[in-house]
Amino acid sequence: MPAIRLGLAAVSAAVVLLAVTASPSFAQKKYDTGASDSEIKIGNIMPYSGPASAYGVIGKTEDAYFRMINAEGGINGRKINFISYDDAYTPPKTVEQARKLVESDEVLLIFNSLGTPPNSAIQKYMNQKKVPQLFVATGATKWNDPKEFPWTMGWQPNYQSESIIYAKYILKNKPDAKIAVLYQNDDYGKDYLKGFKDGLGKKADSMIVAEDAYEVTEPTIDSHIVRLKATGADVFFNITTPKFAAQAIKKNAELNWHPLHFLNNVSSSIGSVMKPAGFDNAQGIISSQYLMDPTDPQWKKDKGMIAWNQFLDKYYPEANRADASVMYAYIVSQGLAHVLKACGDNLTRDNVMKQAADLRDLELNGLLPGVKVNTSATDFAPLSQLQLMRFKGETWERFGDILSGDVGG
Amino acid sequence: MSAVEDVVTESPAVEAVPKRAMTLGYGTSLVVLAALIIIPLLVKNFIIFQMTMLLIYGLAVLALNILTGGSGQFSLGQSAFYAVGAYTSAILMEHAGMNYALTLPIAGIICFAFGFLFGQPALRLSGVYLALATFALATAMPQLLKLGYFEYWTGGVQGLVVTKPDAPFGLPMGQDMWLYYFTLVVTIAIYIASVNLLRSRSGRAFMAIRDNEIAASAMGVDVALYKTLAFGVSAGITGVAGGLGAIAVQFVAPDGYTITLAISLFLGMVVGGVGWLPGSIVGSAFIIFVPNIAEGISKGLSGAVFGVLLFLVIFLVPHGARQVAIIAQQLVAKLKKN
Repeated sequence: MPAIRLGLAAVSAAVVLLAVTASPSFAQKKYDTGASDSEIKIGNIMPYSGPASAYGVIGKTEDAYFRMINAEGGINGRKINFISYDDAYTPPKTVEQARKLVESDEVLLIFNSLGTPPNSAIQKYMNQKKVPQLFVATGATKWNDPKEFPWTMGWQPNYQSESIIYAKYILKNKPDAKIAVLYQNDDYGKDYLKGFKDGLGKKADSMIVAEDAYEVTEPTIDSHIVRLKATGADVFFNITTPKFAAQAIKKNAELNWHPLHFLNNVSSSIGSVMKPAGFDNAQGIISSQYLMDPTDPQWKKDKGMIAWNQFLDKYYPEANRADASVMYAYIVSQGLAHVLKACGDNLTRDNVMKQAADLRDLELNGLLPGVKVNTSATDFAPLSQLQLMRFKGETWERFGDILSGDVGG
Repeated sequence: MSAVEDVVTESPAVEAVPKRAMTLGYGTSLVVLAALIIIPLLVKNFIIFQMTMLLIYGLAVLALNILTGGSGQFSLGQSAFYAVGAYTSAILMEHAGMNYALTLPIAGIICFAFGFLFGQPALRLSGVYLALATFALATAMPQLLKLGYFEYWTGGVQGLVVTKPDAPFGLPMGQDMWLYYFTLVVTIAIYIASVNLLRSRSGRAFMAIRDNEIAASAMGVDVALYKTLAFGVSAGITGVAGGLGAIAVQFVAPDGYTITLAISLFLGMVVGGVGWLPGSIVGSAFIIFVPNIAEGISKGLSGAVFGVLLFLVIFLVPHGARQVAIIAQQLVAKLKKN
């Protein structure tokens, strides 16, 4: 039966041909748990409830961002399955949720989990399991430690490098300053303070005339300001979260105390700090920034800001656009999308870390002009540049160069 | 008598539970025990971890149950004892390099002392006032842990990372499974000890104080001693639970031991049934799993959903799991008759 034999030969030839053409692409496609031809599973842990629930909007924005990515065809044809859990900002719960994500949901990686204590709680676990703990949402300095923790990577400029920048500015422009510091009594406040003292170096003891800590549960910090004023300081470093920052600025004006005022960038939002504190009271305050303040009119026509607004219009219309967290989440989501795109068809955890550690001068929508994302095998601090700025009129005026203050963990 | 005094002295804060009704029957106990032993062999590591936490919180709820259900004293400060236990274990393991199993009795003893001492001033208080005093302890604890003086030991705000123990003697068992069985053994030991305590002379003294302090002292019960003793025992068990929790979670930080934890434990006790020891594990399951269920129903409103669920439980079965168990028992008895 020649006809059939011919048919068989044709089929086998076709099979061989198919195997030959297909095998290279089979060889290229590599997956770890959590990735497949059609889907990439990303885990995330956020404080949707509890004391830090204001940050929950970061998780919501990221969810919206990946919905947009999926609507536009996904990343290299794969849809993102974004699984986000609540840990209420309590470390034991974070461990439970991280284990659920890794062992039960089987995600490829955990992305942008929020808070220093929660991330500290899962860092060891993630590194033991060799699952990327990518772009954690905390400004602590310890995330930049690729030697000890090769599976953990930070994201934003860390607190210490920011306060080092202020310290350098003071040493240069006001070497005989008498400095009063107000800080929040937790990891965030103490990290800032440490960087500040390191930046002042040997002169720290003589220059800092007063340090005062407040608890985040205090209703008002007025009495602390009164005490600091009484020390006769002429420089004030204000390490406070937005609500307290606004109180401090207002109280300074009421007491007629006008030191050179440094405000940490955590609280540099015009909409939620400067405006409630009163623009008149806020003139001349110095801070620093790496992303665009959405409430700052100078960015209205910026292309990144326009893209941000379009994204929110379509995918997250109820977002509060004065909230800097929404912008933050938008930027870090772009970062993850970039890394996953760079992974191509090799979606192993190993390759994810390799690509994340190989970002060169990456520019993202929403970052200040000149601020770029950079990482390497020894530098796990993607964003480390800031620009000083001074409050004038109703907006921040940036001045000086883009400054970098890399600090290792 | 003023209205406030009425509240404090007249209405019994805790309903009297006869001591027989405090435990499970023999058969039921064996079934529960068998389930606790067999299930981990069949499930994923993550579930084993959740079950370990279930036992640990169960222990902490049990401790509160002895205090409230046994001796009739309220405490919203259990998170403080839990934190002390957790930190004791963590510090001994990480700074002194001590074996994890040895740190637990030390954590228990330190917490017993701490609870006993705290019980001294608390003696003068009862009912809502005692609840408030312990509440103060719970609020103060996270801040004390952050204090600069202890920072070298406690790791301050950054907390301490704890190394998870491997199974000993080369047992072919994962870390999670080993820790689970270890926790199970500790839990059973403490459970049996607690049951025996409540059946002993001391236990009868606790209950006499709970039911009527004046009558108890008239019968010759040293009210002050037994009240502080109840506090000490409760704190000691909570401390052991805290130590186990630190090992299971592999991390201690002040944020893990806020007043929310104390309220969760209190809630677990009420849901499980005040004074019914086996209910502790049900209460513990409630505080671990129901928030997850609530989150599954609505992410933005998880707190509200949790509140609704809690309300339903309190409204439908005010005596918690104990009530459910009694109803079930009656049903079974009816079926047997037919």
